[in-house]
Amino acid sequence: MTKIIVDGKEVDVPAEYTLLQACEEAGAEIPRFCFHERLSIAGNCRMCLVELKGAPKPVASCAWSVKDCRPGPNGEPPVVVTKSPTVKKARNGVMEFLLINHPLDCPICDQGGECDLQDQAMAFGVDSSRYAENKRAVEDKYIGPLVRTSMNRCIHCTRCVRFTAEVAGTADMGAIGRGEDMEITTYLETAMSSELQGNVADLCPVGALLPKPYAFKARPWELGKTESIDVMDALGSAIRVDIRGREVMRILPRVNESVNEEWISDKTRQIVDGLKNQRLDRPYIRKDGRLQPASWGDAFAAIAARVKATTPARIGALAGDLASVEDMFALKVLMDNLGAKSIDCRQDGTKLHPSLGRASYLFNPTIAGIEEADAILIVGSNPRKESPVLNARIRKRWRMGGVQIALVGERTDLTYDYQYLGAGAETLAELASGKGFADVLAKAQRPMVIVGQGALMRADGLSILATAAKLARPAADWNGLAVMHTAAARVGGLDLGLVPGEGGLDARAMTRPGALDVLFNLGADEIDIAPGAFVVYQGTHGDRGAHRADVILPGATYTEKSGLYVNTEGRVQYADRANFAPGEAREDWAILRALSDVLGAKLPFDSLSALRKALYAAHPHFGRVDAIEAGALSFGAQNADLQPGAFTNAVQDFYLTNPIARASAVMAECSALAKGRLQQAAE
Amino acid sequence: MSVRRLAEEQPASFEFTPENMVWVKAQIAKYPEGRQASAVIPLLWQAQKQNQYWLPKPAIEKVAELLDMPYIRVLEIATFYTMFNLEPVGRYFIQMCGTTPCMLRGSDEIKAVLQRRVGEQRKVSADGNFAWLEVECLGACCNAPMVQINDDYYEDLTPENFEKLLDDLAAGRPVSIGSQTGRRSSEPAGKLTTLVSLYGEDGLSGPASAKTTA
Repeated sequence: MTKIIVDGKEVDVPAEYTLLQACEEAGAEIPRFCFHERLSIAGNCRMCLVELKGAPKPVASCAWSVKDCRPGPNGEPPVVVTKSPTVKKARNGVMEFLLINHPLDCPICDQGGECDLQDQAMAFGVDSSRYAENKRAVEDKYIGPLVRTSMNRCIHCTRCVRFTAEVAGTADMGAIGRGEDMEITTYLETAMSSELQGNVADLCPVGALLPKPYAFKARPWELGKTESIDVMDALGSAIRVDIRGREVMRILPRVNESVNEEWISDKTRQIVDGLKNQRLDRPYIRKDGRLQPASWGDAFAAIAARVKATTPARIGALAGDLASVEDMFALKVLMDNLGAKSIDCRQDGTKLHPSLGRASYLFNPTIAGIEEADAILIVGSNPRKESPVLNARIRKRWRMGGVQIALVGERTDLTYDYQYLGAGAETLAELASGKGFADVLAKAQRPMVIVGQGALMRADGLSILATAAKLARPAADWNGLAVMHTAAARVGGLDLGLVPGEGGLDARAMTRPGALDVLFNLGADEIDIAPGAFVVYQGTHGDRGAHRADVILPGATYTEKSGLYVNTEGRVQYADRANFAPGEAREDWAILRALSDVLGAKLPFDSLSALRKALYAAHPHFGRVDAIEAGALSFGAQNADLQPGAFTNAVQDFYLTNPIARASAVMAECSALAKGRLQQAAE
Repeated sequence: MSVRRLAEEQPASFEFTPENMVWVKAQIAKYPEGRQASAVIPLLWQAQKQNQYWLPKPAIEKVAELLDMPYIRVLEIATFYTMFNLEPVGRYFIQMCGTTPCMLRGSDEIKAVLQRRVGEQRKVSADGNFAWLEVECLGACCNAPMVQINDDYYEDLTPENFEKLLDDLAAGRPVSIGSQTGRRSSEPAGKLTTLVSLYGEDGLSGPASAKTTA
């Protein structure tokens, strides 16, 4: 630790801190544009100038470290001044230069109201311009369907360039030309290829890069802001849902160091139009082969008639990937009340089972723990598509150095180097016998084995899981077995025990022809249901599930209900309601509650708080929001008979993994672009 | 300086010649494993030389592939350095020095010749032989005015000898590089004025001209 005096206040900071960090430690506010905590230091905007005693000129505090400061003549700590007239004048000057070529178009700029340049010009700038010459004009660039450019406004902080090169790992953007002619662009205006590209619009301190789908839609001050949790993948990124009236206008990331830092994937951010398109806003009943609008009462009556005509053994329930814990709990209680044993939350057919212990289906090392791992083996997963933000964390670990990464499965560009071991179970069997990379894992202090659903969906999924667990060497202080989920609801569902009871059927069996008479489908759209059963689809979008339905009960999306979600590492997170479901659609737990009354299997709760009370009583860990309940791992004598065959990744098209994303035109465009890139690469 | 963009018309492909490929490999080998990107400027330079002194898009991409760099990183460098020509520059690319010493010694007349014979700056002449550009000091001030044509300097120019030089180049006749008035390197135009007690038997410097009586 090193002592330093900032504005007369002595602080003790680590020697490797920059002056900017030291000043913040001392409570001094330093304006900045190019500096960003999670990116490398560029030092090119000069806005963070401070006065350093002994230095001939003001110094850029973001690029000057505490250990570079000289002590005073008698060994006094170095002195930094942030409030002197020199500093004020320096900031004035820098701001004047930055504004020389910046257009005065704040009234028509989407960044207006939440613009760093606007705010800092107010706080540190001068009130008038002395610049009478022509302003520089820069052509706007096409950089993809998600980010709109207005390059006249660019102040060349290069945050976007550093983000794509460092965090996203795709090196899409760059600065061409030099001096006044410097321009930020992608290579010959191709679309960015990263799944995290939307973040560059957040990083841009001015209005040069803006979210394209949100262009000219709203002003920041007219938006209602709600803290929520993303359900597009199993990471559970912290998000903020901005609404105007009943409409979701945009989704932005929140900082959660242990989950998403401050990034979110493009799917998380830009499915906003998917929340409005193809919505189910009233109940439907299939009559004469066609779905026809109906009232809630008629829909419930139709269901009741079918349920009463059958036996509990011929009733089943499926829970989808976007369901909240409350929804699934209500479904489970309803099924219990009806006496039905066939219930499953694993529509993709994964072999994970709660009976093996909670640690058998969690990302045990935790997301933040990736940064501590020193050997990583990825089995049957493409983290870049299954959870781009988690992949960015692996890349962050790789950039720190001292880690070996290997992959068994489909060969692909993960944005970092890895050793490719092989395509499937044969390679895993070889590793299990101690060959090759197994040696690296065995020597590692903190080995980590990431197992994707692609490997666990196979018939020998449990053997693969057991083999992975063996390689990960779970110990008391570090469990390296990391199960990578793709569905936001999955861990919650497994925690609740949404798996078939004794004699019950699993998801695959339930959807076979003639397996059931009545099937409750709570938003499971990724599975084909054979003809025969009477399907009650409770969901939000006119997607695959709705097409197969006999009765549709319109539910609420994740922004329209308050709910708990458990992410892939087992972290319970709370998402608040931002807006209301359209039309006659209702929150899902309430639909199930109302339905249960008609079915004569009344659920014992009349409000969401009563439901939660019952939920916490049955599963106390759901009450501990933002905590990870430690899990046990109780593999019995799992047979480790691996069947040969290559692994196929669970997520093939990143942009279209769920009904909300499939309803989004923006996601469809992204998906088409990604397919084109893939084709181009193949040629 | 102005905004620099890649040329409208681009060749379909670019490959280093076998000799250049050997040279390229030697350049890359200078740097440690994982640091091949350090060789980007020499490679671009060689690509430009091989391709009639301009860099087409396929060459930029080829260099990126050879060095395992993203395309945009190489484009950044190619657009940053103005000595990389992004558009065709004819068989002979003339860079005319217009900085003070050359201007004082008559670069304006050289410029007039270029304007008359070749035309506008940055435009290839109709016969495809020449393109020219006024540049800042090329560091041969003692033999001002001067131009650089492709890799070589041509100094002590006058409108007359410069026109002849252009004629010779266009006709493919041999030309001498360096001073066009026969002056040796940058020695005084007349005869030696310093160290005359040691050298200058024949008005020139150097061991060959050393005075034996000294």
